Amino acid sequence: MANIEELKKKIVELEAKLKVAQGNVGPVREKIDVMSSEVVDSNPYSRLMALKRMGIVDNYEKIRELSVAVVGVGGVGSVTAEMLTRCGIGKLILFDYDKVELANMNRLFFQPHQAGLSKVDAAAGTLQSINPDVAIDAYNYNITTVDNFQNFCDTISTSSLTGGPVDLVLSCVDNFEARMAINTACNELNQRWFESGVSENAVSGHIQFIVPGETACFACAPPLVVASKIDEKTLKREGVCAASLPTTMGIVAGFLVQNTLKYLLNFGNVSHYLGYSALTDFFPTMALKPNPQCDDSFCRQRQTEFKAKPVVELATEVKEDSTPIHADNEWGISLVDENTPEEETSNLKLVDGVQVAYSIPVDNSTPETSSGGAVAASELSLEELMQQMKSM
Amino acid sequence: MVDEGTRKTLSSIPLLKTKAGPRDKELWPTRLKEEYQALIKYVQNNKEADNDWFRLESDKTGTKWFGKCWYVHNLLKYEFDLEFDIPVTYPTTAPELALPGLDGKTAKMYRGGKICLTDHFKPLWARNVPKFGIAHAMALGLGPWLAVEVPELIERGVVKYQEKSDEAK
Ligand SMILES: [Zn+2]
Repeated sequence: MANIEELKKKIVELEAKLKVAQGNVGPVREKIDVMSSEVVDSNPYSRLMALKRMGIVDNYEKIRELSVAVVGVGGVGSVTAEMLTRCGIGKLILFDYDKVELANMNRLFFQPHQAGLSKVDAAAGTLQSINPDVAIDAYNYNITTVDNFQNFCDTISTSSLTGGPVDLVLSCVDNFEARMAINTACNELNQRWFESGVSENAVSGHIQFIVPGETACFACAPPLVVASKIDEKTLKREGVCAASLPTTMGIVAGFLVQNTLKYLLNFGNVSHYLGYSALTDFFPTMALKPNPQCDDSFCRQRQTEFKAKPVVELATEVKEDSTPIHADNEWGISLVDENTPEEETSNLKLVDGVQVAYSIPVDNSTPETSSGGAVAASELSLEELMQQMKSM
Repeated sequence: MVDEGTRKTLSSIPLLKTKAGPRDKELWPTRLKEEYQALIKYVQNNKEADNDWFRLESDKTGTKWFGKCWYVHNLLKYEFDLEFDIPVTYPTTAPELALPGLDGKTAKMYRGGKICLTDHFKPLWARNVPKFGIAHAMALGLGPWLAVEVPELIERGVVKYQEKSDEAK
């Protein structure tokens, strides 16, 4: 057994490690009550408040009252959260069920000593030390399961600084299921959100602004992909699932937060869709109208509500933010993927260089599975079927 | 495209009818019954074809599934635990099948041991909502995955044969 001296030494060692882990070494940034534009070496907000003096943003300090939920704190989400933290956002609500791994170190933000911690807790610690003025809530769970999904909906509708819905939800998840879950929640809650993504080959990405009923939701069309100019047939996927580059993720996070700031602080034009192709440095943008036949019933309901809104109200809501709804025209629309049935995407005017990942036949007939027949109504109860399956 | 064998297997699994996810309190039990019927038929088909390769069961709510799948390589049977949750967006999105025991052992997996699907899976699933169910996800996703990945894992020595009492029959 170790003697007391050895144990004491061990405690000192561990305390030092803990300090490093908590980021408590060196000077600590103290809380600041009011954002000021005063230029002193201790004021982290002076350059941000300069945006006001230069006439770019009317009321920068409003950011302190605003709350943003970041869903997915990986390669894009962590950088997104850091940018918003440094900008002085009022509150961040983080969601992720994953742990930091050494395999993540090709991406930005997380550090090797955080391996093993939950991503949300590790991120909350770092972000809090960067800017203690930001309120941070962390939720360590998978939003796509039934119980967690309800908690997710409740959380985003009550987590603003005044207990109301958050001002914006940012999707930084890396899979279709989670995106659909966020889409479902935001359509039901009438919550504005940004979808973001980086392709599995790491050389393209996109952001999309979704205002339920007003712009296309994530279920309105099959997933959109930015043409990467790589022939899919030459793309080798043997042996790997996905590639990732810190550059592409950083660029997409930058696009996402830039448009978030423009939306929240009401300056410039907010892009409905902004794509990025790394190989050709191509950045397609377009507006996206919702699909009246969208599969999501809440999307269709929001579309009806939006159409019923008086035009005057619409005009005041848009304010001087004169986002050209048809900005896509100047890019020269609109080559729809030739494999796509006309009827289905007639509403979806895609800019050149952006395609749907796949098409869904309108009549929903399924040549792939014609001979299987359908399940017949069963005499057996669910319990009996469960038992039958178990005893096979 | 999907290979001929998989296509044939798929076409012999009954199609489901009810479009309902686990949040749909009223219709979910109906969908769940269809899931079990399709799975039972699929396992029966497999047994008849002498290609029995998995067992699955769920909790009462039908949202948590677990079981075993196995793969025979050079006359030896390699068995793996299988688990997945039914996402709230099911059946619009497929379940993410996971083999937690292989997590970190192959690049053809996402975190938590979720298997990496081919480019064919998602379009095919999307075109067949709500007719495809868990049985189809097994046939189209996990079956081909095991056939490609398990021999490779054995060859690399990452997966080793384990003699064990055959209580699962
Ligand atoms: Zn929609």
